[in-house]
Formats: sequence, structure tokens, C-alpha cells
Amino acid sequence: MAGQTRMLFRHVDEPGLASIETYRRLGGYGALTRALKEIEPEELLSTLEDSGLRGRGGAGFSMGKKASFLPRGDMDKFLCCNADESEPGAFKDRELMWKNPHQLIEGVIISAIAAGAGWAFIFIRGEYAEVADVLERAVDEAYAAGYVGENILDTGHRVELVVHRGAGAYICGEETALLDALEGKRGNPRLKPPFPAIQGLYGGPTLINNVETLSNVPHVVQNGAEWFKSFGTEQSPGTKVVSVSGCVQRPGNYEVELGIPSREIIFGLAGGPPEGHEVKAWFPGGSSAPVLTADELDLPYSFEAMADAGSMLGSGSIIVADENVSIPHLALRTARFYHHESCGKCTPCREGTNWTVKMLERVISGEATPMDLDVISSVQDNIIGHCLCVLGDSMAMPVGSMVAKFRDEFEAAIQAGRDAAPRPLDESPTDVKPVPLEASA
Amino acid sequence: MNRSPDQGALGDRSSGGAGREAEDLSGWTPEIRPTDEMSAAERRRLVASMRPEDAEPVPELTEVAVPDELRERIEAAMAKYPEIRSASLPALWAVQRHYGWCTPEGMRQAAAVMGVTPAYLESVATFYDLFHTSPVGRHRILVCHNLSCWLRGAEDVLDAFSEAAGVNADEVDHIGASSDDGEVYLRGFECMGACDIAPMASIDERYYGPLTPDDARTAIDQLRSGADPVPDRALAGRQTAGGPEPEPDPRVKEGES
Repeated sequence: MAGQTRMLFRHVDEPGLASIETYRRLGGYGALTRALKEIEPEELLSTLEDSGLRGRGGAGFSMGKKASFLPRGDMDKFLCCNADESEPGAFKDRELMWKNPHQLIEGVIISAIAAGAGWAFIFIRGEYAEVADVLERAVDEAYAAGYVGENILDTGHRVELVVHRGAGAYICGEETALLDALEGKRGNPRLKPPFPAIQGLYGGPTLINNVETLSNVPHVVQNGAEWFKSFGTEQSPGTKVVSVSGCVQRPGNYEVELGIPSREIIFGLAGGPPEGHEVKAWFPGGSSAPVLTADELDLPYSFEAMADAGSMLGSGSIIVADENVSIPHLALRTARFYHHESCGKCTPCREGTNWTVKMLERVISGEATPMDLDVISSVQDNIIGHCLCVLGDSMAMPVGSMVAKFRDEFEAAIQAGRDAAPRPLDESPTDVKPVPLEASA
Repeated sequence: MNRSPDQGALGDRSSGGAGREAEDLSGWTPEIRPTDEMSAAERRRLVASMRPEDAEPVPELTEVAVPDELRERIEAAMAKYPEIRSASLPALWAVQRHYGWCTPEGMRQAAAVMGVTPAYLESVATFYDLFHTSPVGRHRILVCHNLSCWLRGAEDVLDAFSEAAGVNADEVDHIGASSDDGEVYLRGFECMGACDIAPMASIDERYYGPLTPDDARTAIDQLRSGADPVPDRALAGRQTAGGPEPEPDPRVKEGES
């Protein structure tokens, strides 16, 4: 299908790609050999930095720069691969790991060597049990082949790799909560600074990267930074696996060059909404991203263009809502999710998500007044930037954007609710009779 | 974590507490945890009875009968990490696989193997949605009701599952519920990362979708009769979206040579 540029997804449906033989036959582990035998670790780091590879987990921070923040020296350092993909709408890492686990393992080992980490962990969400099984088999194969463990390919490098299964908590995708979960605790986020690069897992310097970011690493190392920059835009080099879901005809993962028009992804690749329907709103980067409208479909799909439009590329997950979808209900669904997943550590998030859900329920049931919409907006403003992590912000941004962009619809919902269940003041509550004064004495 | 009871106590045993003298608690056995059925007085007594110095210390491994299989699994997990405490999630998974849910006794056994307090493992277990700290039905069905699945009819699928399993749909939506025959545990769940097959469900840790209400009813019948549920809806083996492998970009091709 036109529009796709498959780099990470090359040979994705090749039978047996998850096995080490097939992966090697297609050139796999060539980058690791090159990284170990032809390149110095410092040069590896500069290649990653020069490539401009940006984190694919949500924040879009330069991967090489992040790795370079780790202090030099021979203290214990760690690498964590964040495979706790839980953002509503995101399912790219699942397919990347399931179909091509060795690509990730190769990227993890190269990155660990570049960062000087002797231990690497892949933190995979507990729901992905099938994927974790595939990944564990692949790790065993890599150990047996000498690509991981003591003395990798007889070069003296040592990297131990452990697959760690989570147990169902969205918050563990937040990097410091992930570290706590990996240390065997409740997954609560930590105060930053110190950042994980300085003090992370077990108090040691830790590099944390997303599955897709690390899966890019073998390609960058094999072909060089300049080659990688020939894909995508200047500020967003490379390809991106975009998960498209919701009201589209062909939901799924599509790998595209960053910077192609969003319309091409939603309509060209995913088929757009079914015949006779149209796009009303869409999340460009998972449910945490402020929603965009049909007028914004021609924006290029890149980190910078989405940021300029007041939203974000996030994890690269597009959720499409068509004209039949009620935006207040969409807002409530979104808020309910973050309310459920809030770990409760910070007050603005714990209380803010709770009250947002309650107020949106009032909007829908017709018990709200238009003034409540201003209260909802102000609650969102009071969450953003006031917590240890961005979970609360992740609700505040989309809900705030929905109220701002579709205010008419919220007002109409309030009015409709009132029309359906009129409750004049003088009749309510009906069953309470005034108590005579003498009776109460 | 490896605290002895003396070090770990928040207060000194001898100092007592003013609140404790107010009521004689001897001979009263508290419930394990507060329940909605408890009266305010019972709750007050329960809280007053919870003294840090009474918390169970690290159980002695010699005094706890741990099934060999469980012990081996937990010890294997402990050996995998640079620090033993990291094994608490794998240990709880092992307990849940062994007993069907995280039983208090199972957690105590795991605590003995790991050298931590049972309360510590329980505090971890209660944080995570996939650990059950009360008994649940044999087959576990998690039905996604987050955005992408909701947009494609997850509500109807969840209702059909609830009806077929014979459990209260509202309970399912919020905290999960098990059928009376103990065969099915059903829960409305948040996004499980399979929006490409929306509306979807995870049945005994395997993904299925897209599901219709009919599929939901069929799946429940099949589970009850011991058959594989809706095999043609399994995610395993599904091809990547976007059709067959397109002609590779010349740059990608060049990179491979």
C-alpha cells in the first residue's frame, strides 16, 4: 500500500521472523557485530546522537542525548526498555515485539553497550502475556547464541537481559513508576530530579527507552546517522509506526515516514471512517493528546507540526471519532480511564481526575449548569504541571481541549439533560415535608 | 525490607497508646480488613486493634510449608535480578498461578521464601489490577471498554458477556464479578493495547477480537464446555495491517545489503 515506508516492519509477516535463525538470515545481529567489533562505545553514542532519533514513547526526546546524560565511570548502570505500552490507542510495541522480538533485543544490547550498562530489563505489561512468552523465548535464543550474557561474541562485554512482567497498572509506563515496579514495589512515580539518568534503578544511573526507539537502533548503527536522517523531516528523522484505531475502516499499525500528511495516514492507509461518515475529532498521539478537528487533517504528521498545532505526536497513536460520537461522552470515557489509573500520590491528579469524572457525569445527566464548564476547565488548568508525573496532565490536556473546541456540544448536552428531566426548584425534593416547630422541640 | 519486628515497628511496644486503653480488645478477633458491612463501632475497634508491633514479621522459612514448585519458581526469579526485592512481582505471579489467586497463605509462603513481610507483598499485590486478592472464577475474561473499543461497540459486547455469564453488568464494569458456578470471571478493563482488533477481550491471557455480542455468548458457552473460545477471533497469527509486504523503499533496500 502506498504511503508506507517499512524499516522496522520490513519482513514483518515473514514466517518465523520471531526465531533467531530467520532473523539472522535476513541480516539480523549484523549491527551488534559491527557495534562490538568496529565501533568504540563513545562513537556509538555520537552516532545515536547525530542520527537525531527521538524517543518514540511519548516525549520525543533525543535518544542519543538521553544516553549521553549517564555519567561515565565503572559504577553499575542499567538500561530499561519501556514495554509497558498502555496508552489508550497505542498498540505498536505489541506488534513490534511479537513479530520481531530479536530486532528489539539487538537494539537493547547495542544501547546497553553504548551506555555502559551491564544489566538490561524489558518491562512488559502483564496483559501482554502472549507477547512476553515470545520475547522470553527470543531472549533465551539470544543467550544461547552468545549475543547476550557474559563475554558477548568474545569481546569481553557483559550485558544481562531480563524480561520483567508488570501486572496491570498504566502508571508503570511512567519511567520512575516503572523503576519502582521493577524494584518490586507499588508503581508510584518518584520526584524528579534526580532524573533516572543520574539516579534510577537501585539508585544507579539508568537509561530508559521505548520499544520502538530501541528497535530503531540496529538500523541506525548498521547504516549510519546520515542514512537514517534521509528518512522523515529535519527535526523528526526516521519512520514511525502509527497505530490507527477508532472509527476507521482498516485499523492497524502503519509504518510511515515522519512528516507525511495526517490525512494520508487516516484516509489513505486506514481507509478513513466508513462510507457516509466523516471525521469529527481525532487524537493524534493517544488519548493523552489534545484532540484535533477535521480542519486539521492536513497537518504533517511530525513531532514539530503536532506541537505547533497545540497537540502532540506522543506515542504515535491516532484515534478517530466520527460525527456520531458525542464529545461529552468521549471526554467522560477519557477522564474515567485516568481516574481509574491515577496512583493517588499527588492531590491535583487524584482529586482532579475524580472531580472531572463527577462533573462530566453531571453534564451528561443534565444536572450541570453552563458555569460548570468553566469549573471543569479550571480544574484541568490546576492539574497541569502540578504533579510528580504527567498522568493528571494526560487527562487535563484532552478534556480541556474537548471543552474548548466543542463547547457548544457540552452546552447542548447540559440543555438536553435538563429538558429530559426537568426539576423545577419548588417541586424538589418532593417527599420532604416541613417539620412543624413544636414537633422538633 | 528484611526488618526484624523490633526495628520495623513504628512505635515502641512499651509505650502503648492512649486509644488502646479505652477499650478491652482481648478475646476479639478482627476481620482481615474493613468491609462495607461493618458498623462504625466495629471499624473503630478494628483500627484500634491494628498495632504496628503486632504486624507479622518475616515468616521463618522452616515454619512455612511452601509447595516445592512454588518455591522453585520464586527462587528462580530471585536469582534473575541483581537485587532480590525485584522478584516480588514474579513471586506474586507464581502465587497466583499456583493457587488461582493471591491467597493470604500463598503470599505468606512467598514472603518466607523472599525474606520479606507478608504485608509488604500484600501491599504490592493490591496495587496491580491483574493480581486478585480474593477468589475469582476459573476463566478470566477482561473486556476492553476504553476509547477505541468503546467507539466500536464494546458496551454491547460487555453486556452480552455479562448476560451470558449471568453476572451483574454494573459490577463487571467497575470491579469485576465471577459467575455463580465459579467458571467465569468477567471485568470491564482499560485499554489492553489491541485497538486494531477492537472491540476486544483478553480470555485467559489470550487476545481475541474483533468481537460481536454473538461471539461473546459463544465464547462463554465454549469456556463452560471446556472448548477453546472463538478460535477464529484469536489475535495470534493475524497479519500486520497494510496488506502484503510493499516494494521496499530503495533506501531501506540499500541499508540491507
